[in-house]
Amino acid sequence: MAETAASPTSEKNLAAQNLAVRTSPARQLAEAFASGSLAGTVELAEVPFLTLVGLRAQAGSETAQRLASVTGGLPAQCGGTVTNGDTTVLWLGPGEFLVVAPTEAHESLGGDLIQALQSALADGQGQVVDLSANRTTFELTGPRARAVLEKGCSLDLHPRVLKAGTAYSTEVANIPVILWKTGEESFRIFPRASFAEFLGRWLLDAMREYASPEVP
Amino acid sequence: MLLISCPNCGPRDETEFHYGGQAHVAYPENPNELNDVEWSRYLFYRANTKGTFAERWVHSTGCRQWFNMLRDTVSYDIKAVYPMGTPRPDTTPAAPEGAAK
Ligand SMILES: [Zn+2]
Repeated sequence: MAETAASPTSEKNLAAQNLAVRTSPARQLAEAFASGSLAGTVELAEVPFLTLVGLRAQAGSETAQRLASVTGGLPAQCGGTVTNGDTTVLWLGPGEFLVVAPTEAHESLGGDLIQALQSALADGQGQVVDLSANRTTFELTGPRARAVLEKGCSLDLHPRVLKAGTAYSTEVANIPVILWKTGEESFRIFPRASFAEFLGRWLLDAMREYASPEVP
Repeated sequence: MLLISCPNCGPRDETEFHYGGQAHVAYPENPNELNDVEWSRYLFYRANTKGTFAERWVHSTGCRQWFNMLRDTVSYDIKAVYPMGTPRPDTTPAAPEGAAK
């Protein structure tokens, strides 16, 4: 087996093969998401296997500054996000954050984000935890995306209140999720893996009415 | 449904919170010196106030932080929200430390 482990290219291939055999928490709903999506109205898809890292560090501490230098900053208050390239940090609580990065940022696929955060943390007071398998990601987009969410979320989602680039830890469909408004008509919803099927089916049901002609 | 103002997140539905019982119940200084009656009073006995009551809440679905709240147990009117570890912001006598009457 020495030959296969030697070259970095073959390691990459192995990582890609590993990814191909993984099953995401809402994989069984992929076809239903595709057929339930209404192009130009509201569309739903799972974005599987994003790299998620939980950070804890007291605001203003040296540890927080070192972590911020890796992520490009840490949001200061509720709702805040800091985006640096393809990586975004969401505010979860005072001193608690979630880093959302592409799949390839994970060490199992050759990324070095988590190691970089761990070495920034060093022996400082805080935490860097790989939470990639904790949640999956749903992407809800289109002009009706807000109307769909409003059926099960008590936050004020009107654009005059909720701006793009805001993320809240809250409830949608009575389950705890992180809701991140990524654009004017696009949302990312992070349910825990065990809630993925429930939330997926709930969203499909909430989207159904927009497939029919509007009742005058 | 109560609308509770989390000190970190602002007003959110009651379903995002969990109740933590009576506030300002201090842990005994020397638990080993308590007899069973005193220990049981610390563990299990709480005030059953009709009116303004100081209690603990945690924003479990949001920022996951604890805070204190003054709530009227009759009208459910929320009179104050204040940080853990700070005294009850009221002129009326504070709830008894430790065990209730
Ligand atoms: Zn909160």
